[in-house]
Amino acid sequence: MTLFDDALLGARRADFPILNAGIEPVGGKRTALVYLDSANTSQKPEAVLKAVDEHYRYHNANVARAMHTLGAQATAAFEGARDKVAAFVGGVSQEIVFTKNASEALNLAAYTLSSRLSPGDEVVISVAEHHSNLVPWQMACQRTGATLRWFDVTDEGRLDLAKARADHLINEHTKVVSITALSNVTGALTPIREIADWAHRFGAVVIADGSQYVPHNPTSVADMGVDMLAFTGHKMLGPTGIGVLWGKYDLLDSLPPFLGGGEMIEVVRMAASTYARPPHRFEAGTPPIAQAVGLGAAVDYLNAVEERVPSRERGQKPKTLQGMSAVAAHDATLTEYALDKLLSVPDLHLIGPKVPVDRGSVFAFTLADVHPHDAMQVLDSLGIAVRGGHHCARPLHERFGVQSSIRVSTYLYTTTAEIDALVDGLMEVRRFFKVAP
Amino acid sequence: MIDLHSLYQDIILDHYRAKHHSGLREPFSVEVSHVNPSCGDELQLRLDRDGDVVGDVSYLAEGCSISQASTSVMSDLVIGGTVEHALGLYDGFLEMLEGQGAVELDEDVYGDAIAFNGVAQFPARVKCAMLGWAALRDAILRTGGEK
Ligand SMILES: Cc1ncc(COP(=O)(O)O)c(C=O)c1O
Repeated sequence: MTLFDDALLGARRADFPILNAGIEPVGGKRTALVYLDSANTSQKPEAVLKAVDEHYRYHNANVARAMHTLGAQATAAFEGARDKVAAFVGGVSQEIVFTKNASEALNLAAYTLSSRLSPGDEVVISVAEHHSNLVPWQMACQRTGATLRWFDVTDEGRLDLAKARADHLINEHTKVVSITALSNVTGALTPIREIADWAHRFGAVVIADGSQYVPHNPTSVADMGVDMLAFTGHKMLGPTGIGVLWGKYDLLDSLPPFLGGGEMIEVVRMAASTYARPPHRFEAGTPPIAQAVGLGAAVDYLNAVEERVPSRERGQKPKTLQGMSAVAAHDATLTEYALDKLLSVPDLHLIGPKVPVDRGSVFAFTLADVHPHDAMQVLDSLGIAVRGGHHCARPLHERFGVQSSIRVSTYLYTTTAEIDALVDGLMEVRRFFKVAP
Repeated sequence: MIDLHSLYQDIILDHYRAKHHSGLREPFSVEVSHVNPSCGDELQLRLDRDGDVVGDVSYLAEGCSISQASTSVMSDLVIGGTVEHALGLYDGFLEMLEGQGAVELDEDVYGDAIAFNGVAQFPARVKCAMLGWAALRDAILRTGGEK
């Protein structure tokens, strides 16, 4: 066995049509696709495509308000997806609010929690946030007069807890703490439990942006110790147009609505309306029904993933993991492999932890003085899809004194051969832009 | 097949390595800031306007080779010419970039800028090539347009 069980990984890759279709890149020859941009969006397995297609083909109707048989089927499918997603993160169904993406989930949280903010209150985020977990809080603070404060990161790219503690970053004024559970740039894992416990001592509401964490790790909202968790379907094999805000029921129930409209009400009179209980209070209008069904299928797929890992004891047979522990194990193996390979490329400067400990399989770096957009273009011409830019985390790039970076990110279908192809591609980037050896 | 070298022509890489008119200069009539939010390229551009003449263009910019070279070439082309000429060049350059290869620039008019003909085949890079030009146009409009 190589690093991965080739038969298992091969079968898994066969589930993703796009990975086997090849690509004709702009500026290059027709070739195999090396997709290393899964932190941006993941590819979709046949099972998800089929679930969406079959929903539209055989079960399509509006939910909740359509009383006929098809309406009941569509409602059952939509609510069934809610049940699956709830179980996936260890919550209960009434705590799962469907949104259109993580950004909307975080805006929902920021908007509704604004009702509790006033001048003198503090909202704490980190310099490593994706703009989606930054701008909504800036807006909330501007609206309410509350103050925005943030965690810095260490030079290694990890959240600087020591500095935050010394500065009493979280204190009796803190009303909300909203932090990414895994950075979409450095890949660093946040000690979310520790932060949640700290914030809860002051009665603050704790939100985790799980956009990168949830697709890659077994998730238990109870273990994380948070009050809300936002994530997005399209990064975890699901369709675009569906996101999730999990929130503790009592917290959700205490919050005002976000968007007004159909489905979120109880009784509407011209003078005033009363609102539905969570989660429907936060789901105005016709929801992304087929997308939710697709996300449910993605969850089923993830729960069934298998990975064989070498046993720790000598002479023992490899162990088979299933579900998200299998996905996490795949990540861990690739992370170790990729770090080793990437750090051997001359003039490559990694932004984020260089050791495969408490980090995910996302790698942002600069390469000599080649601009990331130019590096991306050369890689793209070779069929290698990576991201160049600030990845919606401009303040974090500023923190590291760079304007942008090249970002490589893997998922359960990524092979070590693809990492090798990337490293060859980076050497080609050096040649193309005549970086002195 | 479109070759990557049609995007990264030597003229472009030369301008990128040694940008013309880079660094903010005095005097100036207006300063504008433009960014390309998707990739983070940032540009501060100063226009010194002398009636209907582009007296000077200088800038401070960080970005990819295409955006940097294009700004460099643009400044060479417009400094000392009329505002009307500069706006005309802008229109032609944009038309070429959006033409997907159907429109070619006239070397007598555009000089080094003809090296950007290849960019039209790379739609994702059109915004890069336009960054400096868009800032120039903005600066001209803020100082009274063609008048
Ligand atoms: C950490 C993080 N938060 C939030 C988002 C926003 O997700 P979406 O664009 O689906 O709203 C992303 C991805 O783009 C992300 O990586």
